[in-house]
Amino acid sequence: MRFDAGSRCALENSNGSVHLDITGVLFVVLAIGVIGGGLAVVTLRNVIHSAIAMMVCFGSLAGMYALLGAPIVAAAQVLIYLGAISVLIIFAIMLTQAGDASLPAPFHRQAPLAALAALLVVGLIGWSVIQTDWGTATHAVAVNLQGLATALFTDYALPFEIISLLLLAAIIGAIFLARRPEEDERS
Amino acid sequence: MGLGSYLVVSTLLFAIGAFGFMARRNAILMLICIELMLNAVNLSLVAFNAFRPAASVNGAIFALMVMAVAAAEATVGLALIIAIIRTRQTAEVDEYHDLKD
Repeated sequence: MRFDAGSRCALENSNGSVHLDITGVLFVVLAIGVIGGGLAVVTLRNVIHSAIAMMVCFGSLAGMYALLGAPIVAAAQVLIYLGAISVLIIFAIMLTQAGDASLPAPFHRQAPLAALAALLVVGLIGWSVIQTDWGTATHAVAVNLQGLATALFTDYALPFEIISLLLLAAIIGAIFLARRPEEDERS
Repeated sequence: MGLGSYLVVSTLLFAIGAFGFMARRNAILMLICIELMLNAVNLSLVAFNAFRPAASVNGAIFALMVMAVAAAEATVGLALIIAIIRTRQTAEVDEYHDLKD
């Protein structure tokens, strides 16, 4: 949680320009990690390289959450995305891609059209983000952890329970789907 | 660094994920791109939460819930993709055209 300590310093003495610079430099480094990792995911030819670029992207995002004063979200990002989902995806790639002797063409024929649509999305959302007045707040306010825990078990108790039910359903569904058909006949 | 710069990063990541989902042929890579888009939305939620004190902790809770749903989605999605690859012997989505024939 080094980033969090940095951002909290910037929060406490807002007229110290040294701390402000550290936050800005960290933001730029992490933004390069996020965007560069994302670009590498969609452009690299080998899927396993894309998965590793995805881990870079998710790790930089965890740093960004810490920079935003949300260490609990950063910890969850490391646990769930870097720890669980990335490993799951790399396992799936290794199970399905036997040899990378002949890599097929990575892109559809519709790739130029897709790039046009993505640029349109960037243009529209980016234009509205730049045009909107977001106020003068330049420092992130750290998440109140106790308030988060209280809200999670009072106001958000029902969604919390539904999430656990959803995860149970996902586990059962995954076991059902991944089972080999031959096992049905044998048992 | 204000709210706008975080939102710009989030927008770029979302667009990259959307482009990858539409343009790549590998089924597992399409799933990775869905994860990228979910992460972009998470970043904007946490950024709004950090720069809007009136939002209290709602943004962080939304982000945690999105992560839980993303984990469930990745589990079922990968199980589906592995099941399809086992029968079709390929991960390229344009080879899955049985309904068209």
